[in-house]
Amino acid sequence: MNPLWLSHFTATSSIGRGLDQTLAALRGRRGGLAPCAFDTVDLATFIGEVAGVDALQMPAHLADYDCRNNRLALLGLTQDGFDEAVRAASAKYGAQRIGLFLGTSTSGILQTERAYRRRDPASGALPADFDYRCTHNTFSVADFTRHYFGLTGPAVVVSSACSSSAKVFASARRMMATGLIDAAVVGGVDSLCLTTLYGFNSLGLISEQACRPFDAQRNGISIGEAAAFALLERSPEHLEADAVLLLGVGESSDAHHMSSPHPDGLGARMAMQDALSMAGLQPSDIDYINLHGTATQSNDAAESKAVRQLFGPGTPCSSTKGATGHTLGAAGGVEAVICALALRHGLLPAGLNTRQLDPALELDYLLENRERPVARVLSNSFGFGGTNCSLVFGRADSLVNELVNKP
Amino acid sequence: MTLSAYIEGIGLLGPGLSNWPSSRAVLGGQQPYQPGKTVLPAPALLPAAERRRCGAIVKLTLATGLEAVAAAGLAAASLPSVFSSSGGDGESCHIICEMLASSDRQISPTRFHNSVHNVAAGYWSIATGAMTPSSVLSAFDASFGAGLLEALSQVAVDDTRSILLACDTVYPEPLYSARPIPDAFGIALVLSPQRSARTLAQITVSLTDANADAGADRFDDDALEGLRTAIPAARGLPLLRAIALGQAQRAVLDYLDGTRLAVAIVPC
Repeated sequence: MNPLWLSHFTATSSIGRGLDQTLAALRGRRGGLAPCAFDTVDLATFIGEVAGVDALQMPAHLADYDCRNNRLALLGLTQDGFDEAVRAASAKYGAQRIGLFLGTSTSGILQTERAYRRRDPASGALPADFDYRCTHNTFSVADFTRHYFGLTGPAVVVSSACSSSAKVFASARRMMATGLIDAAVVGGVDSLCLTTLYGFNSLGLISEQACRPFDAQRNGISIGEAAAFALLERSPEHLEADAVLLLGVGESSDAHHMSSPHPDGLGARMAMQDALSMAGLQPSDIDYINLHGTATQSNDAAESKAVRQLFGPGTPCSSTKGATGHTLGAAGGVEAVICALALRHGLLPAGLNTRQLDPALELDYLLENRERPVARVLSNSFGFGGTNCSLVFGRADSLVNELVNKP
Repeated sequence: MTLSAYIEGIGLLGPGLSNWPSSRAVLGGQQPYQPGKTVLPAPALLPAAERRRCGAIVKLTLATGLEAVAAAGLAAASLPSVFSSSGGDGESCHIICEMLASSDRQISPTRFHNSVHNVAAGYWSIATGAMTPSSVLSAFDASFGAGLLEALSQVAVDDTRSILLACDTVYPEPLYSARPIPDAFGIALVLSPQRSARTLAQITVSLTDANADAGADRFDDDALEGLRTAIPAARGLPLLRAIALGQAQRAVLDYLDGTRLAVAIVPC
């Protein structure tokens, strides 16, 4: 593929608002997980909650979209000058020439969960102030963002559970390659709700501790929430050395089970291999893998097999979900931004909360941060229904070196 | 800027429309439309446990998808896929919200995994063995158009066949009143970058500026027009009508507010 430039990017999660706080938390190995005190939830678990979401005000003309998920989207969009960058791109290319591709798993369903507590006792009807289209519907976050920026080009939500906001890069890449659009706003927004907390609990996949990816004692996920965005543009002729590029995307399906991964990680391996192939790279070209690493027994076992089969045991890797929690439909986006920070700042972030690596998993899993130049990285996102997506990102100067090294 | 593909197979299921061959004359206006409730077949391709557990969106997706694949003479496992729907399994969503509002929040694990928006994509992959890429989309009332653009992009950029599965199902009350989709309705299209012996039509799609356009194509029949506007996937019906008529023509489909899709159709 022709590399695409992440001309602007930002992430907001429980470890920080925007890039500076996120980078500082990664450098300082500070996590955002805390005992759950969300809404009326009575589960003994840890969550990665973004502070201050409830206090946000929606713009008056978009008041119908008011719900936790869209507030979190707004909070994320207004960090790091991302808002201004999208408006500048809209002025440059035209509002119809920018595509919008956002991932979410549960959108604003919290609004419906709360409305069900306020049903009319006689008729069972939902309260009159409930707005399905602007809050609960899966498309709501893209609809909100579209109106927020006044974009008029193609817009869509990708909702394939925990691969959603990695998959948006795949859809945006294709539509940019058709020539239908000149730039794309991609990202993911998922917010805390009872459906996912009680749902993952019903599957026995929620840990009562802060999640411990790749640990011998791992016993489940910690759910988090996040908003992450990137502006994708065609790569201009001259880029700064530390500019971040999307180099490859790989997608596959497991065809195995709705809620557990293929035990040998077959689909995961196919996605990683396809991402490398699209980037024209070998496994040895990758300096760091941001693992899906949910801290469930089955994910980490299957993913480690897939990574080992393709890369061997030597590529440095970690899951940043010990810091952010599993932000579900936003995870691909958040981890793409963490990969971009790794490339820009030469930081391989350690996984948090992991005390004793599971010896069966046999990878170079980072328990301490490493500071060293990073040229190319791979990020994994897998989800329910057996949906897999891997992304390869690289620094602009890695492409120059490529040309120099390969006559 | 246009996107083009060849349609090799069509699947159709909805109220009074039981498959593509028997619906052609209705859509083409040679036979009257007889409204009726959508009949969802049991998904024979799924293992018994999954068959028992799956909801309407899965049955609808499998039925329309398999009809299109059979018509195209292809193996479903070979096709990248695009699933597009306004929402997921409405019944699972309702039951979960009801339980979460009660004193007993112990929802069933099957109910939870059936509530994800990509439930039909997951079951499709399990049923057909497809390990191919799939995109799972929502764009509220614009879901058919969003799915069509994604599938055409796959065809054009990845130079591959692709199957579009645009399906919508019903919420029970009280969500029904907030999102009144009256019945299950689905369209599946197998799209190819090349013409083949199975090709039904070539389609070429562009975005229109709604301000410069008269609006999406409508049906003269009130019941069919009601279907088109009430169910997001049925916004694709004018495209199927144009194919049914078997003449070169242009169809305009609803997409996002302010933007529609213009489709040039050439029968093959």
